Amino acid sequence: MSATLEALSQNLQEHLGDRLKSIKVALGEVTIEVAVADYLHVMQTLRDEPQLAFDELIDLCGVDYSTYGHEPGKGPRFAAVTHLLSVATNRRLRVRCFAAADDFPAVPSVTAIWNSADWFEREAFDLYGIVFPGHEDLRRILTDYGFIGHPFRKDFPISGYVEMRYDPEQQRVIYQPVTIEPREITPRIVREATYGDTDNA
Amino acid sequence: MPELRNFTLNFGPQHPAAHGVLRMVLELDGEVVVRADPHIGLLHRATEKLAETRTWIQSVPYMDRLDYMSMMCNEHAYCMAIERLLQIEVPIRAQYIRVMFDEITRILNHLLWVGCHGLDVGAMTMVLYAFREREDLVDAYEAVSGARMHAAYYRPGGVYRDLPDRMSQYQESKWKSAAQIRPFNEARSGSLLDFLDDFASRFPKLLDEYETLLTDNRIWKQRLVDVGIVTPERALQRGFSGPMLRGSGIAWDLRKKQPYEVYDRLDFDIPVGVTGDSYDRYLVRMEEMRQSNRILKQCIDWLRQNPGPVMSDNHKVAPPDREAMKSNMEELIHHFKLCTEGIHVPEGEVYSAVEHPKGEFGVYLVSDGANKPYRLKIRAPGYVHLSAMNEMARGHMLADVVTIIGSQDIVFGEIDR
Repeated sequence: MSATLEALSQNLQEHLGDRLKSIKVALGEVTIEVAVADYLHVMQTLRDEPQLAFDELIDLCGVDYSTYGHEPGKGPRFAAVTHLLSVATNRRLRVRCFAAADDFPAVPSVTAIWNSADWFEREAFDLYGIVFPGHEDLRRILTDYGFIGHPFRKDFPISGYVEMRYDPEQQRVIYQPVTIEPREITPRIVREATYGDTDNA
Repeated sequence: MPELRNFTLNFGPQHPAAHGVLRMVLELDGEVVVRADPHIGLLHRATEKLAETRTWIQSVPYMDRLDYMSMMCNEHAYCMAIERLLQIEVPIRAQYIRVMFDEITRILNHLLWVGCHGLDVGAMTMVLYAFREREDLVDAYEAVSGARMHAAYYRPGGVYRDLPDRMSQYQESKWKSAAQIRPFNEARSGSLLDFLDDFASRFPKLLDEYETLLTDNRIWKQRLVDVGIVTPERALQRGFSGPMLRGSGIAWDLRKKQPYEVYDRLDFDIPVGVTGDSYDRYLVRMEEMRQSNRILKQCIDWLRQNPGPVMSDNHKVAPPDREAMKSNMEELIHHFKLCTEGIHVPEGEVYSAVEHPKGEFGVYLVSDGANKPYRLKIRAPGYVHLSAMNEMARGHMLADVVTIIGSQDIVFGEIDR
């Protein structure tokens, strides 16, 4: 671990203390996990504390962990993952916050702290159905007007449910159930960690 | 007296100055914009969801189609993210080639931008000049990858193949005689590097030409100066990056601040604006082209002197070469596994960002150890910049909206993903 990452994780521990659920340094990046209840307070500290000074929110996205790895379905399903950047100190940080309920996932909105979260939260709501209380204008953003469902959830099929075409008889564009068959050319495979190693053969 | 009401206007999605499929609902008070509400998603293809159903390498061509004006930079962020998850080294020659093509891409993007921005604002000539120079650079794309736009040239572990020793040439035809063709083929007689060297020595003069056309042009300045001012504080709040952030006076460039590949060995400067208006962003981008040209020259010099491999020799990631594959059982197995099952990327998550011509282009990858990504999130710079549209356009005239869209340099491939 390099000295700057060491210093950053020490600073984080100092200023956030037991509000950190976990802190992990991997591949040159620091990831912290916080509870929904502490989320807003932690974010405010991250921006305002001079030693941390994360003045820019680079990215915010939803993640659906329901089919993750060998043992899917363990732990909470939805998380909001935020990438912060400090232009002042030239550091990055990833913050993950799992939503408490799977059937109505909600994570507080950080639009008041960083205005750039606006469209990112709309996107996470649109694609994953994560609700951001405190967001002033939580509309769908990427999907079609009148779209039903949250397409990036793992239980939403890649082909979707409806397709659109022009109907010459009715002389208008109509929606109908999809007619394409789902197909998978390369199956998804999770190998054990030592698969293909020649050293322990 | 009748009651006065604000006027709501639909701008796009079929408007030539909307740069693609932007639909913007503008609320106007007379000719002054009160509220701008961009409706996006008309080009949404769910690239990120598609990537979850494909192997790691199959998604590389999708990256070209995100920001279809700076293709290789998108691939770069994606390949770099996979390489960091796999913790593999890219050969140094491949790193130089990547940097060189990143800068070619930057020039390509900025040329198109200055041309189209000129068209939007009323400078019709600019686009013709810009496309003349773009032609040479897309020829360089074609020489290495066979495609003039959607290259799929960067691969996890390096680049697909080494730079070619010869350029394709114009052929004699019944419309053009050999004598007419000869001047076109002069710069193409050598290798790709000779061709690019010729371009790099011509380009600064051409940039001067563009600047005489625009920089002190009275109409250009009337349309751009003091339009869409963003203060440094607001720029950070709105998550700006790239030329939009530098135009507001913050010297932030990932190539300098968080250098990737070989940018720390190259000599170049970062232009910074003062007022944060559209005109400053124009100046910043023009200067960036000059700096890109400098980097391009340095890369050409280095690449001429240092031959070597351009692809990682880790055959769990990069396929072995054809000859070895056909004569060696071990390599054949590697090839078979790679082409049927694909790379297995260890469990973990990574965010890798490059200084894309439009700003910070980031790829957030979550892997659970499978041969496909678990989650891919593309952080597109244009998405963030467009989200500030309401703030930037408020209080400006309707015609200035076109200037602001132009100065944001948005492309819908990356915004809608």
